[in-house]
Amino acid sequence: MIRTLLVRGLLVGLAAGLIAAVFAYLVGEPHVNQAIALEEAASHAQAAAEHSHAEEELVSRSGQQAGLFLALALYGMAVGGIFALVYAGVRGRIGPRTDAALSGTMAATAFVAIVLVPFVKYPANPPAVGDPDTINGRTTYYLVMVAIGLLAVALAVAAARKVPEHRYLAGAVGFLAPVIAAWLLLPTVNEVPAGFPATLLWDFRLSSLGTQLVLWSAIGVLYGVAAERGVRRRSLAVTVPT
Amino acid sequence: MSELTTSHPVPLAGLGRWLLVAVPLLLLVAYLVTFDQGAVSQAGNYLHELMHDGRHLLGVPCH
Repeated sequence: MIRTLLVRGLLVGLAAGLIAAVFAYLVGEPHVNQAIALEEAASHAQAAAEHSHAEEELVSRSGQQAGLFLALALYGMAVGGIFALVYAGVRGRIGPRTDAALSGTMAATAFVAIVLVPFVKYPANPPAVGDPDTINGRTTYYLVMVAIGLLAVALAVAAARKVPEHRYLAGAVGFLAPVIAAWLLLPTVNEVPAGFPATLLWDFRLSSLGTQLVLWSAIGVLYGVAAERGVRRRSLAVTVPT
Repeated sequence: MSELTTSHPVPLAGLGRWLLVAVPLLLLVAYLVTFDQGAVSQAGNYLHELMHDGRHLLGVPCH
């Protein structure tokens, strides 16, 4: 049974990743290309001043655009698989009682915890924004934010179960308290170069958030269908007339 | 919908084994896609460059 749910999670994740890649290619790539053009203009000016040569490209731009599909397909499979294993543990124990509602709720929760919570503090940056020397620190802060998002969900569920008469209020407090504390306490990162177009930054960030939203929406909808059919085939579901 | 599917919990026996095997593998894939700069893949910056656009648009820190 767990194997069925896991295999379906991997397949749904693959499909969702490819759907998100189409969105990213159509909506996000134009902004990535504009940012790279600005980056190259800046580095050419610098190279001309220093008489140095630009680094040779490991992967061409068209290779990177094909890599976008590969990256999102693999990322979709990885999160889809983990999603499925969590689903196997949660199903029938916590949350909504139908597969469609549980899958949608879990995907929405995952989007908030591991995408939206880190995004508000450390938003996505296009090429040309960000200092390569600080990448380790920024990666650590980002992962701390992801961990806090997940921890906050666990706290919210625990709080809501503890105080069932005010479960929405308890859940909201359990979620928001650690998240807001982390937003306030973790270091701020601002490495946007002077003169980088604000509209390009905004458009890029929206398209990045949109890519993740498409990914998780697709997982939530498709996995509900896939899990229900898989479970029905294994006759673990009991149908009752309403 | 005219019917309601009541969810009988999936038996937890065996889930631990799946978690031990599958989760590290899936996290490794996610790591290689989003963060590797050659430390694990031993491919230098190749994965970074190949996954470049995906990393930016997934929203993870990238150079």
